[in-house]
Amino acid sequence: MAAISNKPVSTEPPASVHARRRWTLVMWIGIAAVFYWSTFGTELSLHRLLLGLGESWRYLFGSPDRPGSGFFPPDFSRLPVYLDQMLLTVKMAIWGTGAAVVMAIPLSFLAASNTSPHPVIYQITRRILDLMRGLNEFVLALIFVAAVGLGPFPGIIALAVHTAGILAKLFAEGIEGVDHGQLEAVRAAGSTRFQIFTHGVWPQIVPHVISMSLYRFESNVRAATVLGLVGAGGIGFYITEAIRGFDNRAACAILIVILASVFLVDFLGAKIRERLT
Amino acid sequence: MVQPFIRLEHINHQYSGGNKALVDINLSLSAEEFTVLIGPSGAGKSTLMRVLNGLVRPTSGTVWIENVPITVVPERTVRLERRRIGMVFQQFNLVRRLSALENVLLGRLGFMPTWQSTLKRYSRADRELAMGLLERVGLADHAWQRADTLSGGQQQRVGIARALAQQPRLILADEPISALDPKSAEGVMDLLRDIQERDGIAVIANLHFLETVREYAARVIALKKGAVVFDGRLEELTEAVTRELYYGEKAAQPQYASQASELNVALESR
Ligand SMILES: Nc1ncnc2c1ncn2[C@@H]1O[C@H](COP(=O)(O)OP(=O)(O)OP(=O)(O)O)[C@@H](O)[C@H]1O
Ligand SMILES: [Mg+2]
Repeated sequence: MAAISNKPVSTEPPASVHARRRWTLVMWIGIAAVFYWSTFGTELSLHRLLLGLGESWRYLFGSPDRPGSGFFPPDFSRLPVYLDQMLLTVKMAIWGTGAAVVMAIPLSFLAASNTSPHPVIYQITRRILDLMRGLNEFVLALIFVAAVGLGPFPGIIALAVHTAGILAKLFAEGIEGVDHGQLEAVRAAGSTRFQIFTHGVWPQIVPHVISMSLYRFESNVRAATVLGLVGAGGIGFYITEAIRGFDNRAACAILIVILASVFLVDFLGAKIRERLT
Repeated sequence: MVQPFIRLEHINHQYSGGNKALVDINLSLSAEEFTVLIGPSGAGKSTLMRVLNGLVRPTSGTVWIENVPITVVPERTVRLERRRIGMVFQQFNLVRRLSALENVLLGRLGFMPTWQSTLKRYSRADRELAMGLLERVGLADHAWQRADTLSGGQQQRVGIARALAQQPRLILADEPISALDPKSAEGVMDLLRDIQERDGIAVIANLHFLETVREYAARVIALKKGAVVFDGRLEELTEAVTRELYYGEKAAQPQYASQASELNVALESR
């Protein structure tokens, strides 16, 4: 053991620490600059925010000089139609998600670094998935409505394409996280590449696949409620109709139907996912 | 002398960017004797086993399985040859979410058409074979139990049943007992010996405890830094050889003399 030295201890941090602190400062200045830049053109103003709050209040609860112009009480007189349309919306989400899962499984196999047959195929698949995810379902629905006409069908395609992009990436991450020992054992038995996937990879990722698919289904129910705005079917059409016709109490009833359904779907989804783990 | 099942000629292997893992290995293996592979950590034992079943393609040299040079033929042909070589792993490597029976059936995959395996339509003969093997390893009652709920010793026995389901000519066992308690380890080693003696399946096991080596081995191959430094009958494996193998030159110095006699203890703590 060395004796304790009397040499004074320096608390001065080394140069690298100074450099790091400088970078932190630069980073904060940069962030502030980005936010300042983003105020131009976006008409941000505290004044308008406060004014807007008042207006929103009057819009929601009706102006005193025009009775019945607010959202309350909700008008449920066409409830059967709303429920029917909400069911249609859920059906769109079911098919949109289902088709997406079917597409995502083979895509994820190509997009996972440990199962992809070739680095070039890996890269190409990843870029295709980026494209599918990059355009949101609403934008895709606009395109498909233009291509195949109005109705739920283009809505389903839009949901399916976008969701397949998301799920394939999530599944691929699941595949990349599998235990390689189990794969090696299946391979050592003389299995083909495909059999290694079906009997080594697949059993390991099933819980992940189910859980992610359910999660995306919940999210697709929410997404499908707005697809009607561009004529791609579902309850969204009725919201637009009500609000454009100043029938705010009907709009309120529709929103309540949507919220109740979304809560129900989320609740059931969470229950099922809980069961899985 | 029986025709050797596997022959290695001038095998060299170097992992990409790594050191040389195997250096000029020449070996012949037949089903007649229980062969044990020993050597310090990093000597290349696991690599050698994976060269034997074509999971690792050596940088140079030829591996012959029966009359097929698996180092030059396409992957498809290697796979067909690999079906007759079972492998047993240190961490068992059962597919955790499948039942014990399904894990044994994995050994039949290589012999099945793809559509059949995808739908899990195992033939009656395969199912009977798998069930019989589970019975042989003493786990018939656990056939439907999920693999990850079995104890370590049970998992390894399922792993051996899986290898047997391939109806192999050779079983490679890479540290089959390193993750097991002494009693389970003994059961697994007895099972491997029984397979070699009764079924005439060649067994190559990679072991760390010299005590176990002395109990089970007929032939011993020692690797050090990727090269074969000893290949002979168990009786020829003297203490001088093992001391040199694990402790190198240092063993000659007096202060290590007592350590050498406690070789097993030292190895156990590794
Ligand atoms: N996949 C790999 N990539 C690169 N190098 C590797 C790989 N596998 C093994 N090696 C290296 O090759 C050498 C031999 O490794 P190997 O696993 O065959 O040794 P081993 O004798 O089985 O050791 P242990 O007793 O610790 O299991 C080591 O230096 C190791 O680091
Ligand atoms: Mg090893």
